[in-house]
Amino acid sequence: MPDTRRTHPGPEPEAGGRRPGERLPGGPPPGDHPTGDRPRGNRPDDGPDARDGAIAGTGFGGSMDLAADEGRTLEDDPGPDGGGPSGRPRSLWSDAWRDLRRNPVFVVSALLILFLVLIALRPTLLASGDPLDCDLARAQEGSRPGHPFGFNGQGCDVYTRTVHGARTSVTVGVCATLGVTLLGSVLGGLAGFFGGLWDALLSRLTDVFFAIPVVLGGLVLLSVVTSNSVWPVIGFMVLLGWPQISRISRGAVITAKQHDYVQAARALGASGPRMLLRHIAPNAIAPVIVVATIALGTYIALEATLSYLGVGLKPPTVSWGIDISSASPYIRNAPHMLLWPAGALAVTVLAFIMLGDAVRDALDPKLR
Amino acid sequence: MRGGSHRGRSAGRGAAAACASAVALLAAACGGGGGGTGADAVLSSSWGDPQNPLEPANTNEVQGGKVLDMIFRNLKKYDPRTGEAQDMLAERIETSDSRNFRITVKDGWRFSNGEPVTARSFVDAWNYGASLRNNQKNAYFFQYIEGYDRTHPESGAQSADTLSGLEVVDDRTFTVALSQKFSTFPDTLGYNAYAPLPRAFFDDHDAWVAKPIGNGPYQVESYAKGAQMSLRKWDGYRGPDKARNGGVDLKVYTDNATAYNDLMSGNLDLVDDIPASQLKNAPADLGDRYVTTPAGILQTLAFPFYDPAWNKPGTEKVRKGLSMAIDRAQITETIFQKTRTPATDWTSPVLGEDGGFREGFCGEACEYRPEEARKLIEEGGGLPGGQVRITFNADTGSHRDWVEAVCNSINRVMGQGKACVPQPVGTFADYRNRIGDRKMPGPFRAGWQMDYPLIQNFLQPLHYTDASSNDGKWSDEEFDDWVDKANAESDTGRAVENFLKAEAVVRDRMAAIPLWYQNGSAGYSERLSDVALNPFSVPVYDRIKVA
Amino acid sequence: MGRYVIRRLLQMIPVFAGATLLIFLMVNVMGDPVAGLCGERACDPATAARLKAEFGLDQPVWKQYLTYMGNVLTGDFGTAFNGQEVTELMGTAFPVTVRLTLVAILFEVVIGIALGVVTGLRRGRPADTGVLVATLVVISVPTFVTGLLLQLLLGVKWGWTDPSVSSEAAFGELVVPGLVLASVSLAYVTRLTRTSIAENRRSDYVRTAVAKGLPRRRVVTRHLLRNSLIPVVTFIGTDIGALMGGAIVTERIFNIHGVGYQLYQGILRQNTQTVVGFVTVLVLVFLVANLVVDLLYAVLDPRIRYA
Repeated sequence: MPDTRRTHPGPEPEAGGRRPGERLPGGPPPGDHPTGDRPRGNRPDDGPDARDGAIAGTGFGGSMDLAADEGRTLEDDPGPDGGGPSGRPRSLWSDAWRDLRRNPVFVVSALLILFLVLIALRPTLLASGDPLDCDLARAQEGSRPGHPFGFNGQGCDVYTRTVHGARTSVTVGVCATLGVTLLGSVLGGLAGFFGGLWDALLSRLTDVFFAIPVVLGGLVLLSVVTSNSVWPVIGFMVLLGWPQISRISRGAVITAKQHDYVQAARALGASGPRMLLRHIAPNAIAPVIVVATIALGTYIALEATLSYLGVGLKPPTVSWGIDISSASPYIRNAPHMLLWPAGALAVTVLAFIMLGDAVRDALDPKLR
Repeated sequence: MRGGSHRGRSAGRGAAAACASAVALLAAACGGGGGGTGADAVLSSSWGDPQNPLEPANTNEVQGGKVLDMIFRNLKKYDPRTGEAQDMLAERIETSDSRNFRITVKDGWRFSNGEPVTARSFVDAWNYGASLRNNQKNAYFFQYIEGYDRTHPESGAQSADTLSGLEVVDDRTFTVALSQKFSTFPDTLGYNAYAPLPRAFFDDHDAWVAKPIGNGPYQVESYAKGAQMSLRKWDGYRGPDKARNGGVDLKVYTDNATAYNDLMSGNLDLVDDIPASQLKNAPADLGDRYVTTPAGILQTLAFPFYDPAWNKPGTEKVRKGLSMAIDRAQITETIFQKTRTPATDWTSPVLGEDGGFREGFCGEACEYRPEEARKLIEEGGGLPGGQVRITFNADTGSHRDWVEAVCNSINRVMGQGKACVPQPVGTFADYRNRIGDRKMPGPFRAGWQMDYPLIQNFLQPLHYTDASSNDGKWSDEEFDDWVDKANAESDTGRAVENFLKAEAVVRDRMAAIPLWYQNGSAGYSERLSDVALNPFSVPVYDRIKVA
Repeated sequence: MGRYVIRRLLQMIPVFAGATLLIFLMVNVMGDPVAGLCGERACDPATAARLKAEFGLDQPVWKQYLTYMGNVLTGDFGTAFNGQEVTELMGTAFPVTVRLTLVAILFEVVIGIALGVVTGLRRGRPADTGVLVATLVVISVPTFVTGLLLQLLLGVKWGWTDPSVSSEAAFGELVVPGLVLASVSLAYVTRLTRTSIAENRRSDYVRTAVAKGLPRRRVVTRHLLRNSLIPVVTFIGTDIGALMGGAIVTERIFNIHGVGYQLYQGILRQNTQTVVGFVTVLVLVFLVANLVVDLLYAVLDPRIRYA
């Protein structure tokens, strides 16, 4: 699309993307594109005049060798004069960890998650009752002494079930999210970083997986499973969930890899993995964290959907998802049945969103 | 992602709409009722997309049956209140041996395209239904007619296109020869599969399917598949049960909860399937515009008798114990808001005493007796494998709720949380496949909706050796003998006696655990009056008055 | 760029073949659909055999697939079990669903991005916290409940809208369902925008833009927002397919006879023809959406170029 492309001057003094974490010297690298007659952001065109210069002002390493590439950056960095590492060789990650420990948001969310893990491991600490002891005569009854959250549609104690549901729900949510994020970001990151054939192959593979409807996938893949453990369900979620994270991280990597400091690192001869891990990943991780933390909540809910279809976890498994889904139709008569498991789910998601926010902030040097 | 709608999946759906008899069920006290252009006003009613093309011998579920009820009248018709089979098109059905029947069709009946209904309309329709090449899913309704083995062989190609047992005598008379004695055969003739068909059905089949033509009080005005069917009163209808409204618009709903909300907001006049979650609210929301009427539907738990663990001597004690461990009263009250009634026999109250219904026939085996239940199960050798898994299909209705409740009830009796666990299966087809492949790991859901209100229909298809709905493959010579005797009996009263003896065998062996009888539940708008459900849980449309 | 688009279009062929084959096999693995057609009783073997022959289910799977694909290429998508042509089914379902998806995406773009910008610029302020709480509610309360409550309140109690959508399904009727459908995605879009905005806000180019005296609005829309949109656009691109094919709950609650509902019914009834037909079209939608997203990258960030 060269002819419609807007002129883009090379890096300018104010060009963004240089992060202190990359230890780039503050000095402006020489702009090698004289067309950039005034400061502007490195991405947007910021005015009518930006439409001047119909021909791409490419840096060296320009369009000639891009022909085979997919989604490759146009602007190559001017080169070594862009700067190089300096200062103390302290890693970004250890910096981040130091920051994190001082962040109250992180501390609060970590405590919350620890608490969730604790009740997942030892639910009897908080609720000594049996979640499977249900007396239909008490169905849908509200709060009463000894049963603070009331009873659900089958007459089971909502409090006990909410506490005991943590194990399944937290396991499913955390493990599925971890699996999806790892698989998705690795595959998506590779596709975005290498471009070309790799990108074509991996992206088309995501397309095929996108095509599988969840209901069909669940009915086919999970109906053959006889075990009643959470692992097949988690595996299924990872299998159908990774394409989304993959797309997001591919997009983020494509954006990140054209930053000046990445080009600089490349010009300095940094190896592929080093660039990916040290320079690109910290700058591409934010959207992945955002999507993953929200997805965590949706996976916990998806577990219920699968159970509802009769292919997920089967009774007598206790989980928030199952309780939320069985309480939903009765929202008019007994909202308390929905409130508590949904509240537990909300708190969990909140904890992970806060954690994600704190981690992202810690990884973003601009915020230091 | 809720499962499918609550549409019944029972075998056949009987015909029947209102007949001349009074509908006294409902003291209709609707605001603003009566007067005006009532006789021409059209009402709207909730509907589900029929699974099959609307051919009479191919429609085996409620939604398609609803339409056939409105556009067809058969030889017999079931009284919308009592369920009794009464002559409709039949002038006389004569037999001397319960095997050969001579049927005379009343004069003056026509299809809505003007074609007269003759003996040939019936014979052609039945031949069509019985012919293998037409893929009619209700073909087995013709299985007792002579020649069925040639038009519909169990394997291989058919060697005849018409049933040798059917013969047209003259315009209004035909004879039916059965391959065995079947005294109550005339009473089955109200079922949809036996509807007469006009020549148009055979001459231009596609056009007929797109817009069916029948001989009932309504005719199809337009049919947009998957969205709506508009039925209008047929002015040329000569039967005694003329429509009292201008017509019915059947609207397809994806979910009965939506239909219910549409009713509440005044967008819909009639919902004939109130969602389980709203049953508690319906009396308050609708007041006396809420109807709940017993229907010929029985829910049971069947057992895999092909599995030796459930077929050893002594296991009838375990089955009886399980039955006594189920608190039917509590479940029907809490889960179903009394729209179901604890079952005490293996038939249905809609049959009435004369028809063979005996309240309390099951005795204490169907009562909730925790102590004795535990004792019986222990005496019978305990639960096979230490745990029962109740299998059900998760895609329709509220099966999950009651299966869970049944299991909780059993668990409380057994004093442990995992004595009974629900075992969902994803789709109905998969469920049927597993039943067909004999893969049930324990008791499983078996629902039965009667095709016609006869005790024979509740016993033979479900418990006779190798019968089509005998999903547990139960087999008992004594039971089979009593059924054969009953079918050969020409006197209805004595036939019923013999069927009761067969039912006693089912009871003593506890071949299946009866759970509850089901009601039909409907709600309607203030515009309507005289709304009632027949024993098939279908609204009696022709009686409804629109203000 | 022309060559790039052509190459991407060519890549669609193997994806298309692969995806249809996969779906075809999956529906087949589910087992014999005929068993579900005879109600609560076993189909008599003769009729079952006839039905299987009629639907082509008696052939080996590879042959079924080839026959099916051959028919698809000539525009014949087969017949559903109720005798309705699948093309006819698609003809009624897709227009409705496309409208619903458009409404939902409009909500995501307008509300999602607006909230994202506001919260991104005011991190930690009450507005940010308020949106976070709303996000948590949307995630932890199932769509089924939100849909049902909105239907009950707006449709039944207050009478602002009709509880259900008519078969015409005009845009006006689809506002509430569209909002319900978009709700979870809204949470994603809002938080993605918020994070990107917060991250880019401190960028040098933004500081420069501010320093050189550009009006705040211009800085936000031209510099900040545009740079922050790539993850959002990626997300919406992946969401289109999910919105079109997965609106099962929303479509059921509001009585919309769209793709999600038909697909769900097809899957439950194991109707290969319906399922594969609908998914085939959805695959095309995914592929085109992904292509558009990739092209948008270059528009949003002109340093990204395709050749």
